[in-house]
Amino acid sequence: MANDPIHQFQISKIVPIEIGGIDFSFTNASLFMVATVACAAGFLYFSTSQRGLIPGRAQSVAEMSYEFIAGMLREGAGSHGMKFFPLVFSLFMFVLTANLLGMFPYFFTVTSQIIVTFALALLVIGTVIVYGFYKHGLHFLQLFVPSGIPGLLIPLVVAIEVISFLSRPISLSVRLFANMLAGHITLKVFAGFVASLGTMGALGIGGAVLPLIMTVALTGLEFLVAFLQAYVFAVLTCMYLNDAVHPGGH
Amino acid sequence: MFVTSAYAQTAPAAPETPAAPGAAPAGDPHAAPAGEVHTETGVAHGGEHGGGTFPPFDATYFPSQILWLVITFGLFYLLMKKVIVPRVGGILEHRHDRIAQDLDEASRLKSEADAAVETYEKELAAARSKAHTIAETAREAAKGKAAIDRAAIETELAQKLSVAETRIGEIKTQAFAQVGQIAEETASAIVDQLIGAKASGDDIKAAVAAAKTEA
Repeated sequence: MANDPIHQFQISKIVPIEIGGIDFSFTNASLFMVATVACAAGFLYFSTSQRGLIPGRAQSVAEMSYEFIAGMLREGAGSHGMKFFPLVFSLFMFVLTANLLGMFPYFFTVTSQIIVTFALALLVIGTVIVYGFYKHGLHFLQLFVPSGIPGLLIPLVVAIEVISFLSRPISLSVRLFANMLAGHITLKVFAGFVASLGTMGALGIGGAVLPLIMTVALTGLEFLVAFLQAYVFAVLTCMYLNDAVHPGGH
Repeated sequence: MFVTSAYAQTAPAAPETPAAPGAAPAGDPHAAPAGEVHTETGVAHGGEHGGGTFPPFDATYFPSQILWLVITFGLFYLLMKKVIVPRVGGILEHRHDRIAQDLDEASRLKSEADAAVETYEKELAAARSKAHTIAETAREAAKGKAAIDRAAIETELAQKLSVAETRIGEIKTQAFAQVGQIAEETASAIVDQLIGAKASGDDIKAAVAAAKTEA
């Protein structure tokens, strides 16, 4: 059971709560959501509390992430999209912190739960739809009718656009979920090799070196993936928000 | 691939395996609740899908996950929106303003310095030209004075010269005038000596005059 690579995604109750027959227990997943928020918010709060004109190391990191997301959003959705900055910044920091916290051994990876990533993706798409209709009314539907298409092709193109729009929350959530899940399983499997080969005597210990090297390399890769997936999530959020801000043209 | 499928095979077996350590006396109290939960979910899934348990797709905890995600992410979003974003934005803006202000100040000081240099150079040029003028006037004045002095000296000299010339002329005429008388006296004395008789004054006068004109 210690070697079961799936076990790390197992949810266990810490404080059982049940409201109206539905299980709302405070689980290890909830605990790490709280930890993620506490780490991200605590870091951002305390690193910037000095409000230094010349930033220290921590404040530099906080400012860099701010400017990184601000630049990404301005590039992706224009200056009108900047009203979504708190949302995109929160999403990026939350996903990044959750991914990085998941890299600690024995820690639970919040973003390896499809329901969590799907909820975040729905939040993005929901924001796009609500803001799109609120701001542009029915003009928002122009999003599905690209300009300069011959009349005969319009139904086909609209169908394709609608499907592509509806698949966005799925692709957005599955990409993050699958990357984190697959990465953690791979890590666990290779680390498991080290342990099981290590019990097989001298030859096994010699052979365990290879998966150990692999595990070390994969750990580095996983840190890259942790950052990259948070980045991709934020970039795609910016692109989708651009549709809400400028549904007609690009 | 081979390995994952091997582990996947152990996963469906999970509902059965915890039973063994649970029954064994070696099972510590810490492991017991974990095994229990595992069994529970495994059974639930076994009943619903008849397949293996895969925790991320286990719908049992979906409401709990969503609720806690909403609570934690909502709080995080509020904190970002109300505190962190305005604060960091403020810090960056303040720095931006400060840098722009400093640059303005620097360019102002530079233009001031430029103006000072310009004034200095202007004053220097003015002083130089003034010095030049002064030197020129001095030279002109000296030249003029020298010319006047020279002219004065020259006229004085010329005056003295003409006076001297006049006197020389006078002396000459006087001398010439006396030459006749001396000659007459000399001639009368010579004649007296030679012939022992006095020659008449008129003859001597005429002879001297004749000699004078010949000479």
